[in-house]
Amino acid sequence: MTVRELSRLDNFSEIILPDPDREIIGGYVGDLLSWVMGRAESGNAWITIMSNVNVLAVATLADVSCVIIAEGVVLSEDVISVAKEKEINLISTSLPMFEASVKLSEALR
Amino acid sequence: MSEELVFRFTVDGEDFTSAGQASVQVKKNLRQLGLSAEVIKRVSVAMYEGEINMVIHAGGGIAEVRVCESYVEIILDDKGPGIKDIDLAMQEGYSTATDTIRSLGFGAGMGLPNMRKYTDYMTIESEVGVGTKIVMRVNC
Repeated sequence: MTVRELSRLDNFSEIILPDPDREIIGGYVGDLLSWVMGRAESGNAWITIMSNVNVLAVATLADVSCVIIAEGVVLSEDVISVAKEKEINLISTSLPMFEASVKLSEALR
Repeated sequence: MSEELVFRFTVDGEDFTSAGQASVQVKKNLRQLGLSAEVIKRVSVAMYEGEINMVIHAGGGIAEVRVCESYVEIILDDKGPGIKDIDLAMQEGYSTATDTIRSLGFGAGMGLPNMRKYTDYMTIESEVGVGTKIVMRVNC
């Protein structure tokens, strides 16, 4: 499943998708950045409620396919513009992290 | 004989928003050099953790990355407060970060353990009140 396909599911929406055809390989959920850095795998869709700019550095370094910002958390324009620059796919969902994970997992089956 | 490449960065201790820039730049550089994805990931994770540590705890410092034929070496040098108990600091989950730092998603106590996990060699020299120097290597 590509990042664009995920963004079109119910309850998910695109924030920005500079690389929409990127394939999603599994997922990872977490808010502690070091934990995510150490454990998320390349291609994972990363579900988090963190919204600061450091999320983008971690997303780049961990090479995740997209960041899914859960619980309807809103990103600032600054963060979005840095993500654009770094070509990081950002998806928003109103779902809590658990439900978002379940949906993602079902969609990846 | 091939000459080694050295990248040098000053890590700004004041600026949380730019933390990670050096690591992202290193990742780009290593990619251009054609190193394997595995090596690039390990170097950039170790370097990011080190960079964040320097911002959180040491008020910044100098990061140097040397690309040699059989390994990539990361040297992190700061003039921060030093690490009182290195064994304790190496334990997963141990952190002296403040609540403000934690609210940003840092301070999980995974920094040094991740650095060890992702590298093949790591030494820490630290003196309280003087600073800390960490050398890490990732074999190519």
